[in-house]
Amino acid sequence: MNLKIKATELRADILTLIHHARTGHTGGDMSVIDILTVLYYKHMNVRPENIKDPEHDRFVLSKGHSAEALYCVLADLKFFPKADLDTYSCYGSKYIGHPNNKVNGVEMNTGSLGHGLAVATGMALAGRMDKRDYRVYAVMGDGEMAEGSVWEAIMAAGHYKLDNLTAFVDRNRLQISGSTETVMSQDSQEKRWEAFGWNVLSIAGNDIDAIDAAVTLAKHTKGKPTVIIANTTKGCGISYMENKPVWHHRVPTEEEFAQGIKELEQRRAQYE
Amino acid sequence: MNKIANKQVICNKLLEASQNDRDIVVLCSDSRGSASLTKFADERPEQFIEIGIAEQNLVSVSAGLASCKKKVFAVSPASFLSTRSMEQIKVDVAYSNTNVTLVGISGGISYGALGMTHHSANDIATIASIPNMRVYLPSDRFQTEKLIEAVLKDEKPSYIRVGRNAVEDVYEEGNVPFTLGKSVLVKDGSDVTLIACGEMVKPAKDAAELLAAEGISARVLDMYCVKPIDEEAVIKAAKETKGIITVEEHTLYGGLNSLVSQIAAAKCPIKIIGMGLPDTPVITGKSQEVFDTYGLNAAGIAENARSLMK
Repeated sequence: MNLKIKATELRADILTLIHHARTGHTGGDMSVIDILTVLYYKHMNVRPENIKDPEHDRFVLSKGHSAEALYCVLADLKFFPKADLDTYSCYGSKYIGHPNNKVNGVEMNTGSLGHGLAVATGMALAGRMDKRDYRVYAVMGDGEMAEGSVWEAIMAAGHYKLDNLTAFVDRNRLQISGSTETVMSQDSQEKRWEAFGWNVLSIAGNDIDAIDAAVTLAKHTKGKPTVIIANTTKGCGISYMENKPVWHHRVPTEEEFAQGIKELEQRRAQYE
Repeated sequence: MNKIANKQVICNKLLEASQNDRDIVVLCSDSRGSASLTKFADERPEQFIEIGIAEQNLVSVSAGLASCKKKVFAVSPASFLSTRSMEQIKVDVAYSNTNVTLVGISGGISYGALGMTHHSANDIATIASIPNMRVYLPSDRFQTEKLIEAVLKDEKPSYIRVGRNAVEDVYEEGNVPFTLGKSVLVKDGSDVTLIACGEMVKPAKDAAELLAAEGISARVLDMYCVKPIDEEAVIKAAKETKGIITVEEHTLYGGLNSLVSQIAAAKCPIKIIGMGLPDTPVITGKSQEVFDTYGLNAAGIAENARSLMK
C-alpha cells in the first residue's frame, strides 16, 4: 500500500467530515494523520476481526480532540460503516467529538488531556503480566505535555521499562492560545523524556518514511519504552491551514473546503 | 473487641481469591503498609503493582489494566484517591466503564490527628456524583468480606471506603445477611429509623439498644451501599416510622443524609435529622474523640431520636 496516498485520502475524508458536521479540530487532525496512517496500515495488528482477541495491538488517542482523524481511519478499515459518520456530532450520536468506546475500534474514552499515556501504561503492564506479544501505542499532543499526570505515567513506564509501549508526541508547536513555546515551553522535550528512562526518537512527524522507521526502531528497542517526538505541522497538507492557530478548531467555508479538496487531489496525483 | 481491620479483611480475601484467579491485580500508591497489603505484595508479586505516590496515575493505569480484562483493585488513602484522582475516576473508570474497584483506606477521619489534608469527609459526595460509580461503606469485617466476594463477581466500577482501625462487629460470624445493593435491616423497629453507613452502624445499633430500654422502638438500617441507594428501604422507613436519623462519617453535603432526604422529600416527606461531620475543618484527635465531639456515638444518636419522638 502507498501510505502517502492513503494519508492524503484520509485528509480528504477528514476535511469532508468536518465540513459536513460543521465542527472539528481540523489542524490537529491534519498534523496527526500521518502517524495514524503508519500505525494502522503498516504496523498495528488490529482489525475489526481481531479487536476482541486479547493479542491485538492497543491504541489510545490521548489527544482525543483529533477524534475525526481516528474515526476516518476506523471507518476506512471497516470497523463501522462509513455512512455512520454522517451522524458525527449529531444529537444522540455515538460519534462524538472525542473518542468514545461505544464506537467499534475505540478502546478507551479520551478527551480530557493527560490520561492516555497512563492508560496505555496499564495496558502495557497487562500485556507483560499475561506474556502477550501485543504492543501499545499512545498519541499525545504537545500542549498536553503540560499536564502533570503525563509525567506520572512517563515515570512509571520508565520505571517498569515497558518496551512494549510506544508514545508519540504530535509536536506541531501550536495550541489554542498560540505557540507552545509562549504558552508553556516544551523545547527540552527530548531531554525530559530521556531523563525518565525512555528511548527518545525525534523525527519529521509528517514524513511517512520517517514515522515508519521510528516505529520499527521502537519495536526493536528492548528494556525501555520509546517516545517518538514527531515534529509536525499543524494543518499539514492544506496550505491555508498550515501553522495557523485559528485552525485548531475552525470549520472550512465552502470556498476553503473546495480549495482544500483540490490541493489534496493535486498532492495525491504527485504520489501516484 | 475485634482486632481485624476491614482493610485487613480486604487483603485476606484478595489473597485467597487470587490463588485461583490470575486476573486479579492489586495496585497501591506507596500505601502497601497502611493498606495491610504487604502480605499480598510478598505472596503475589506478579499480581501486584506499585505505582508510587501518584494517585492520578494509579487510577488511569488501573483502568488500562482493566481494559485488558484484569480485575483491578486500586488501593490508596481515601482522602487522596477520592479527590486528587477524581477526574481519572470520572473519565477512565466510570466513563470508559472499566472493571476497577477503588479502595479508599483510612477513610473519613481515620487519620484523626493528621488534619484535614488526610481526612476524607467528602468522598461519598465526590464519587457518588459521578455517573456509573457505586459507593460502598461496609460496617464491619464480616460485611467487608461479603462485599469483596460480591464485587469480585461484579464488573461495575466501584468505590469502597474503609477505616483505618479495627471496628467492633455489627454482625455475628455465620449470620451476615447480604445482598449487593440492598440495605441490611440490622434491627426492626416502629418508632424511629436510624440509617447509618460504615463505622456509624455500630453506634446506631447501640443507640437502638439504649432506646429500647426506654421503650422507644428504633429500626436500624445498614446502608453500606450508599449508591445506588436502597430507595425501597428508605420509603418503607419513612412510611412506617415517625422520623429518620441518618448517621455518617462524612459532611452533610452530598452524603447519606442528602440522598435519604431527596428520596423522602419526593416520595414520603418526613422529619429527618442528619448527623455527620461539620462544615469546618474537623477537630483533630483519635477517631473516638472526634466522634464524641460531634455526638457521633450511641448517646448522641439516642438523644436525637428522643427529640424526634417529642
